[in-house]
Amino acid sequence: MMDWILGHYNYWLVIIIMMAGFYTVISQGNLIKKIAGLNIFQVSVFMLYISVSNVKGGAAPIIESDVSLYSNPLPHVLILTAIVVGVATTSLGLALVVRIKEAYGTIEEDDIHNQDQSL
Amino acid sequence: MIEAHLSLLLVVLPLLAAPVIAILPNGRLPWAVSTLVSFAVFAMACLQLINVSTGNVISYELGGWAPPWGIEYRIDAANALVALIVAAIAAVTLPYALYSVEKEIPQKQLSLFYSAFMLCLTGLLGITQTGDIFNLFVFLEISSLSTYALISLGSKRQALTAAYQYLIMGTIGATFFLIGVGLLYAMTGTLNMLDLAERLPALTEHRTVQTGFAFIMVGFALKLALFPLHLWLPNAYTYAPSVITVFLAATATKVAVYVMLRVMFSVFGFSFIEGSPTDEIFLLLCVAGILLMSFYAIYQQDSKRLLAYSSVAQIGYMMLGLGFGSVLGVTATLVHLFNHALMKGALFMAIGAIIYRIGSSNIDTMAGLGKRMPWTFAAIIIGGLSLIGVPGTAGFISKWYLVLAAMEQQNWLIIGVILIGSLLAVIYVWKLIEALYFKPANETAHANVNEAPLMLLIPTWILVIANIYFGLNTELTVGTAEQAVKLLLPSAY
Repeated sequence: MMDWILGHYNYWLVIIIMMAGFYTVISQGNLIKKIAGLNIFQVSVFMLYISVSNVKGGAAPIIESDVSLYSNPLPHVLILTAIVVGVATTSLGLALVVRIKEAYGTIEEDDIHNQDQSL
Repeated sequence: MIEAHLSLLLVVLPLLAAPVIAILPNGRLPWAVSTLVSFAVFAMACLQLINVSTGNVISYELGGWAPPWGIEYRIDAANALVALIVAAIAAVTLPYALYSVEKEIPQKQLSLFYSAFMLCLTGLLGITQTGDIFNLFVFLEISSLSTYALISLGSKRQALTAAYQYLIMGTIGATFFLIGVGLLYAMTGTLNMLDLAERLPALTEHRTVQTGFAFIMVGFALKLALFPLHLWLPNAYTYAPSVITVFLAATATKVAVYVMLRVMFSVFGFSFIEGSPTDEIFLLLCVAGILLMSFYAIYQQDSKRLLAYSSVAQIGYMMLGLGFGSVLGVTATLVHLFNHALMKGALFMAIGAIIYRIGSSNIDTMAGLGKRMPWTFAAIIIGGLSLIGVPGTAGFISKWYLVLAAMEQQNWLIIGVILIGSLLAVIYVWKLIEALYFKPANETAHANVNEAPLMLLIPTWILVIANIYFGLNTELTVGTAEQAVKLLLPSAY
């Protein structure tokens, strides 16, 4: 049992980070904190991919004459793409927050909601 | 030569056009270029559909790398039909955009607006073309990111919060999809949909595969605004610029439904779906969505929001077909994808024409304008009839196939829900018509309001006529859908 728990430590880490990020997105009213939470949530998925790519006893995926077992390089490439997507999402989200701050004078969800309701 | 690369060109042309349009001077040039591109894309999508309509499948290897290692574009009747919907709506929306966008978007943002529009088109077409599930994620994010930017350009400040809300929900949906793909990759070691379909049947009992399936389904349920994950949709549709509302309502959710269909039936396969509770869950959510969202629509004071809630209800009809998991059900889904794009496109365009004249989408402000804008008003009536599902319109064909699919399974409850949903649609469509025709116009504020310009009316009427045409001639819609279902559900034949 203990071996099973410790043997899957990478997945536990992923789940903890994932839930921390997801909870932040849901619970926080501050728009910047929401974006931060979203980022943490995405990073956990990157870690899931990267940890899956590791092959036990495998070397770094660079062709060498005396190595026969390599780790899988493909997930790294996939995640490189996903990181770019994440950066774009974050920057667009932050740009929207700047515009929201200009339009409403606040970045707290409740205040924004109240301002829209009072119209 | 060109013929062989058609499937790729369809995606690459708008992708290359986007940066070119971004550096063009503001004015009418960016509009002209993007309209030309959309016409070219439409022509290519038609050719592609003709190529696959006989039942054959196009496989295109990107960069000459053989699948499953390289990325493959794999086109059958289902892809080609959805790609045609996207391309056709873009080709109709862009001519409409000229005046409407000049009125709603600041002059200095015009070239960037059309550039983002092209990126959105690229993403949506890419999703329909690709046969690689990770490539699909990338295209999904291309279309989503440009959509967030386009929504935020709406003239009211609520557009910003609507775009932000959609960004958060959309990213959660896309990340869920990514988790699902990661779990499938961990189990099978492949990302090619065809390859996945070959390896998954041996693993259906495995918990990781089932979890991956659940993540993908929830992720896309968010993207296609399946009740109760629809919360981003009403605000996004209400506050986006008119043109963007037309384009999104007619394409974005349809493409997401297509992905759902592809993942459920092509990747996981019919037997996996039958063994899972997916169909029961979908049926339950669809029934709740159709009834509740139609009620919500009745109580809206804003015409765009009314139609947005109606859209969520209509997505329920599309997913009902998937929930049946039968040949008739999936046919109904594909037919309704096409027909709903036509009716919602026409309705949002007509509402956009009224907004162009009076600058408001509030139903009370629109009172009495039906007599001043008879052609726009007639478009709303016919679009509304199609939404209700009156015989002779495209909407009737969709509902007919849905009811047939429900009768086949003797599911009388669902038939009742479809009928009640249609009755509720009568009420909310009537609400628009009553305000527009039977209420007195505000003589002081709208004394000079007259018919919308032809540049807005012609695209609207193209869609209105399409609504009637595809209500009478179902060769293209039902014929292609049946062809697609043969490939999606081979075991059911």
